[in-house]
Amino acid sequence: METVVKVKALHKTFGEVKALADINFEVPGGELFGLIGPDGAGKTTLIRILTSLMLAEQGTAEVLGLDAVKDYKQLRKRIGYMPGKFSLYEDLSVEENLELFAAIFGTTIKENYHLIQDIYDQIAPFKKRRAGKLSGGMKQKLALSCAMIHAPEIIFLDEPTTGVDPVSRKEFWQMLDRLKKEGITILVSTPYMDEAGLCDRVALIQNGRMLKIETPEQIEKDYEFPIWSVNTNRKRHIINDIRKFPHCRSAFMFGSEAHYTDLRNLDFPDGLYEHLTELGHEEIDIKTIRPGIEDCFMALMQQKETTHA
Amino acid sequence: MRFFSILRGQRKGAKMNRLRAFIKKEFYHIIRDWRTLIILIGMPMAQIILFGFAITNEVNEAKIGILDKAKDEESRNIINKIDASSYLDITEYLSTDEEIEKVFKKGNVKEIIVFPADFGRDLWANNQADIQVVSDATDPNTADLIFNYTRAIILNHLNEMNANIESPFQIEINQQMLYNPALKGVYLFVPGLITVILMLISAMMTSISITKEKELGTMEVLLATPMAPVQVVLAKVIPYLLLAFIDAVLVLLLGYFVFDVPIRGSLVLLLFETLVFIVTALSLGVFISTRTSSQQVALMISLMLLMLPTILLSGFIFPIENMPNPLQIISNIVPARWFVIILKGIMLKGLGIAAIWEETLILIGFIVFFIALSVKNYKIRLT
Repeated sequence: METVVKVKALHKTFGEVKALADINFEVPGGELFGLIGPDGAGKTTLIRILTSLMLAEQGTAEVLGLDAVKDYKQLRKRIGYMPGKFSLYEDLSVEENLELFAAIFGTTIKENYHLIQDIYDQIAPFKKRRAGKLSGGMKQKLALSCAMIHAPEIIFLDEPTTGVDPVSRKEFWQMLDRLKKEGITILVSTPYMDEAGLCDRVALIQNGRMLKIETPEQIEKDYEFPIWSVNTNRKRHIINDIRKFPHCRSAFMFGSEAHYTDLRNLDFPDGLYEHLTELGHEEIDIKTIRPGIEDCFMALMQQKETTHA
Repeated sequence: MRFFSILRGQRKGAKMNRLRAFIKKEFYHIIRDWRTLIILIGMPMAQIILFGFAITNEVNEAKIGILDKAKDEESRNIINKIDASSYLDITEYLSTDEEIEKVFKKGNVKEIIVFPADFGRDLWANNQADIQVVSDATDPNTADLIFNYTRAIILNHLNEMNANIESPFQIEINQQMLYNPALKGVYLFVPGLITVILMLISAMMTSISITKEKELGTMEVLLATPMAPVQVVLAKVIPYLLLAFIDAVLVLLLGYFVFDVPIRGSLVLLLFETLVFIVTALSLGVFISTRTSSQQVALMISLMLLMLPTILLSGFIFPIENMPNPLQIISNIVPARWFVIILKGIMLKGLGIAAIWEETLILIGFIVFFIALSVKNYKIRLT
């Protein structure tokens, strides 16, 4: 498959803040590519540069073979874009919003209905309702419909599932999967690391730098340390108390349990049990687990920080 | 060739369709925000009824003309007295009655004092003579004030003459009001109000409406579409052009039927000039929106930079001639100033395009200037 996104040595600063630093990556056609990173990592800036809405200071960005700066007019006809903030007209109805965007792109709802049918059918019962009165999940479905109505070759979605309930999130990703099957390239950003596994490949971004670009499976495979989950009765103190353990390499909370790696290369973190007992923990449960993508991301982030320091 | 022309036709069709859909959307915005709509339609009516007559003026060096048919010692004495006054400034000396109208239409002279041919003779023969004062009453307050100054000077002169004489002289002063014989403040007020309302609706509402798209983030989505900036602006401007025009007509109707404000000139010309001014205000509004990114700022700028100068410096409440020099200079860059002159000219004096083409050209100049600035400032990307 040909390459549809080609980014070379991209730099962007806002005043003193380095928003993007030396970003390089390529996305082949038909791929579901995820940008994963915490708030303020530079995901939105990167998407805005790719959609020609912002200029980078250095480097080039090519989308569909078009330069994002020079050929912005051509580019804007062929891409779909859904910004992070809900940006449709709240005083227009669902149907009116969709009709407006169809007209802006010189098409009709009928012409490309097959593309959005799955999504639109779910909100069709509310098509006379004002967009501002929709729930978060339905707003996102409408926004996706509007971004897809002109049958773009690639769509850019900036945190489409932020602030959306878990059920709608899951449905949203199912929709992305169906769009992918239509051959549409998808570039999606998200702060939720559990969504990384749903992408073909993910790029982990932090502080404007890309830490790693890999398939989710490979990222997990590359994780080099044994990792344990730790659970006790004093959940609020687990993380601080583990970090006091002299052999602790890293400890992060995941839900109600802590994930722990050891500085020593051992099959089991000897002494941790005793350490926690001493600090008053009971019902201590330490289990070997398979590293998830979040563990990998945490590890990469920490690595980066220490090398920077 | 045929194939290409068909293609182009289709492209054009799609463009028109896009514009039409976008204008439709703007109308939805306006109609669904019914509170604002009521204000936009209701405010002009309320204002014309409420605003009023509590307008005071001061006159300083008002320009007047003299038509001295007598040319005798007595008339010259009075003319010298008038010339010495700091309130009145004689700028024109006329020689025939026909010139009165001409001088007034030039617009500078506010009053003309006419001495009849046998003024001095009457005074000495009958101890009594007439002076006629013709006033341009398009601005009734000013006209009245200038007349009172004139009368005071003449009566003062008379008192001096009578000081040592047994049989006192008498001079009858007849005032004739031109253009606005009933001295109705509302005559002046209607053109002023139309100006303010058009400025408000056209400039403020468009600037707010464009910045609203930026604030809500919809501009970001629009930028990522093939919608050209010109189309966005055009689609924003057209509904407000219509709304402002409706308001102007409403105020004119209200003035005509309720307050008997005359429309002495051509109605077609009046409506055309109104359109020119609306477009001036719209282009100003678009320009403001290119420089601001929040509705609040757009509103403040519109109020501070548009409303106040339009009310205070357009000559609609305070005569420009009486302003301190710096303000007089500043008033030149207030588009409303020129429109007030046009409106007064057409409505009250019945002037044709020949008399107001300069003001019209100035307004068109403003349009070109603001549109050029807007195009230069329009951002095709996010900042």
